[in-house]
Amino acid sequence: MTDPLPRRADIAPGRLPAETLAENFSDLHPALDAHDVRVEADRCYFCYDPPCMQACPTSIDIPQFIREIQTGNAIGAGKTILSANILGGMCARVCPTETLCEEVCVRETAEGKPVQIGLLQRHATDQVMATGVHPFRRAAPTGRRIAVVGAGPAGLSCAHRLAMLGHEVTIFDAQDKPGGLNEFGIAAYKATDDFARREVEFLLAIGGIVVETGKVLGRDIYLAGLCQNFDAVFLGLGLAGVNALNVEGEMASGSHDAVAWIAGLRQTDDLARLPIGRRVVVIGGGMTAIDAGVQAKALGAEEVTIAYRRGREAMNASPYEQEIAATRGVHLRFNLQPQRLLAEDGAIVGLELERTASVDGRLTSTGESVTIAADQVFKAIGQSFIPAGLGGGDAEIALEGGRIQVDAERRTSHPGVWAGGDCVAGGEDLTVVAVEDGKVAAMSIHAALTALDKVAAE
Amino acid sequence: MADLSTSFLGIASPNPFWLASAPPTDKEYNVQRAFEAGWGGVVWKTLGEDPPVVNVNGPRYGAIHGPDRRLIGLNNIELITDRALHTNLEEIARVKRNWPDRAMIVSLMVPCEEAPWQKILGLVEQTGADGVELNFGCPHGMSERGMGSAVGQVPDYIEMVARWCKQHSKLPVIVKLTPNITDIRYPARAAKAGGADAVSLINTVSSIMSIDLDNFAPTPTIDGKGSHGGMCGPAVKPMALNMVAEIARDPATAGMPISGIGGITTWRDAAEFIALGCGTVQVCTAAMTYGFKVVQEMVSGLSEWMDEKGYAGIEDFRGRAVPNVTDWQYLNLNYVTKARIAQDKCISCGRCHIACEDTSHQAITREVDGVRRFEVIDAECVGCNLCVNVCPIEDCITMERIAGVDPRTGKPIPDIYGNWTAHPNNLMATEKRPHVPGPVTMPDAAE
Repeated sequence: MTDPLPRRADIAPGRLPAETLAENFSDLHPALDAHDVRVEADRCYFCYDPPCMQACPTSIDIPQFIREIQTGNAIGAGKTILSANILGGMCARVCPTETLCEEVCVRETAEGKPVQIGLLQRHATDQVMATGVHPFRRAAPTGRRIAVVGAGPAGLSCAHRLAMLGHEVTIFDAQDKPGGLNEFGIAAYKATDDFARREVEFLLAIGGIVVETGKVLGRDIYLAGLCQNFDAVFLGLGLAGVNALNVEGEMASGSHDAVAWIAGLRQTDDLARLPIGRRVVVIGGGMTAIDAGVQAKALGAEEVTIAYRRGREAMNASPYEQEIAATRGVHLRFNLQPQRLLAEDGAIVGLELERTASVDGRLTSTGESVTIAADQVFKAIGQSFIPAGLGGGDAEIALEGGRIQVDAERRTSHPGVWAGGDCVAGGEDLTVVAVEDGKVAAMSIHAALTALDKVAAE
Repeated sequence: MADLSTSFLGIASPNPFWLASAPPTDKEYNVQRAFEAGWGGVVWKTLGEDPPVVNVNGPRYGAIHGPDRRLIGLNNIELITDRALHTNLEEIARVKRNWPDRAMIVSLMVPCEEAPWQKILGLVEQTGADGVELNFGCPHGMSERGMGSAVGQVPDYIEMVARWCKQHSKLPVIVKLTPNITDIRYPARAAKAGGADAVSLINTVSSIMSIDLDNFAPTPTIDGKGSHGGMCGPAVKPMALNMVAEIARDPATAGMPISGIGGITTWRDAAEFIALGCGTVQVCTAAMTYGFKVVQEMVSGLSEWMDEKGYAGIEDFRGRAVPNVTDWQYLNLNYVTKARIAQDKCISCGRCHIACEDTSHQAITREVDGVRRFEVIDAECVGCNLCVNVCPIEDCITMERIAGVDPRTGKPIPDIYGNWTAHPNNLMATEKRPHVPGPVTMPDAAE
């Protein structure tokens, strides 16, 4: 089981011709054409108390929007979707529908072939965006100002809803452009044609939202100050920390944090110039591992292995995502725990892993080790919330399991501060859940400010 | 192997499937292809006087579609043949000569005067055709000129023209009826009174298929305007079946040979018309949608079904549904049914529940013990069948007859037949005991 190690790392750009690269990074699920849309929409049974709608974290009225598509009213369908989920376009592309709406579709029960809700949602939202007209209008100005920290799905959703309700919103984001994981994290083939940027542009067209980029909480802005200067604060901070392997050789060149590498890939304007190893190993078992592995393969890596320390059944990536990886030539290996990264002259040449076994549900070592040759190693072993930025002044925010504690309305322990998205405890680290968090928080903020107005009036 | 051959008014054809008088039977070329494909007969596209009519040069057809553009209804504003009379007559003679075993009926439409009818009948007889069909049905264009449905809507005219035709020709006369009339029995009775040998029905239903919401005009649109047309196809079949049944069970016309028309698309449709007494059936839309080959499925399907049922020939089942078509007042009120949902087939779409809850009798649960589950509440179910009709899964919901006490009324269900005529709530009841409708016998079609 020991591969011969290469003499020196083979990491090079331009492994594939431009056409192949374009093909590899094209839409994972291309949009349905007009005829397929009609046929697919006709399959919806317009269920009573629809299971799909219950399964959607943002409660999109799915039978309603599909019926609108059926009758040639795709714009109305898009508005139905966007009124529940302003990032319905991105969710149509990245939602794990196979474990949400489509899993419970009665057609899945009946024939194992659910209505392709995600693709129909994409059709409808694409139609609305193609009009170039923002579908919602703002309510009369309330004179209230709200700070949103983080321009990812949670923050954008919250900001849009607040703006719609007549409030003025300022979004602060640490990056140089808004979008969060939609812009920097989602696999490129799931959001092609600069969709993340176009969607943010579409969302901001509601008006009343100012975006300030390059603003890091705890460095450029402080929670105490925000609480002072705004009527309410929403924190959509995401997970800025990446877990380390804590093994020998981790600092060698060719060893990368998968999240950062994907962010770099998403921002590159020429995939042909992006270097990729001939042999790539991804360590991890979640969506990031799959995204890194599939995109490494798409860039032209000859051998891509995802090494996960537990068994297949424990993998966070859904069976559907595993299948995408497998069909795109990524080799999935299980029960392999990294022991050390092997480097020569400071560059990765491989890694040594130990075989593990599950004994009574606990991961144990077997003592047997395996070496895999690699030019590049991507670490995708999880992200964590970094609470450091919350400090300063008297603003104390309670955490739960290392993330921000919130109640059902997404209120934190600090008065006037709400939070949502991946940074809060109990979430599922899904775009669609973050959107719901932002929406719920916005409604709660609005209710709280409206109550204050009433008190003031009395 | 079942024998599909028919003898309708003494006109033999190898199977009961005729092409109706319509665009598919306008020319020798088409009819030749139809016979090659296996059609038992044709009714040649309606002949008129010279000079021939002219048709619009814009669109003639409009449609309604089901899912995946399946054609449900086809509408046309085409007139009778726009070719010269002698051309048609020559072709009819030639086709009949080449295909002596197939039925050749010629459809006719001339003004409501005796001389034109007498003249054209003589010409048709010379072709060797087997019979004529009088087009009293066409609802568009020709009706504006006092022909087609304009005649079919006046029973006196039907009787008058039918009589002329019987006087001036030895050929069997079929009167084609328009459905665009309140009570189809009157024109049928008039046809019989005038001596017609048979009726055929239905012709197309007057219709506007849709309004173009961009230019606010009916479709098909011709230079910004539209005109009503005649609709046929699967959508009209239920109306056609009812009209055929009305004539078949009307004592004044019972036993009169009928050629059934209206949305016949499959062997099953055809068998239904024959079960209501039709001696032959006529098809147009199915052929215009799929081509002439569809007759092969009809032949094969009817034959297999007859074999399965043990019917050696068409007459073995023709008319067998007629005695079972009755008036509402004779339906058995003691036949009590409840819906039954097969839980192993149920996919939990909930359409039965919401249909019943919103629009009917609140007789289907939405959850049982806190779990999504659809069950019939017998104490509320009136047995209406709506849930069966809206359920997307075949045979998931069925109606079951119950006996004993009806949980809805709390009253025992009499185990005897009982209808409205003797119901205590019927203030007009004249009988103490319900009247049981007697069987209607179907005389042989060839009579």
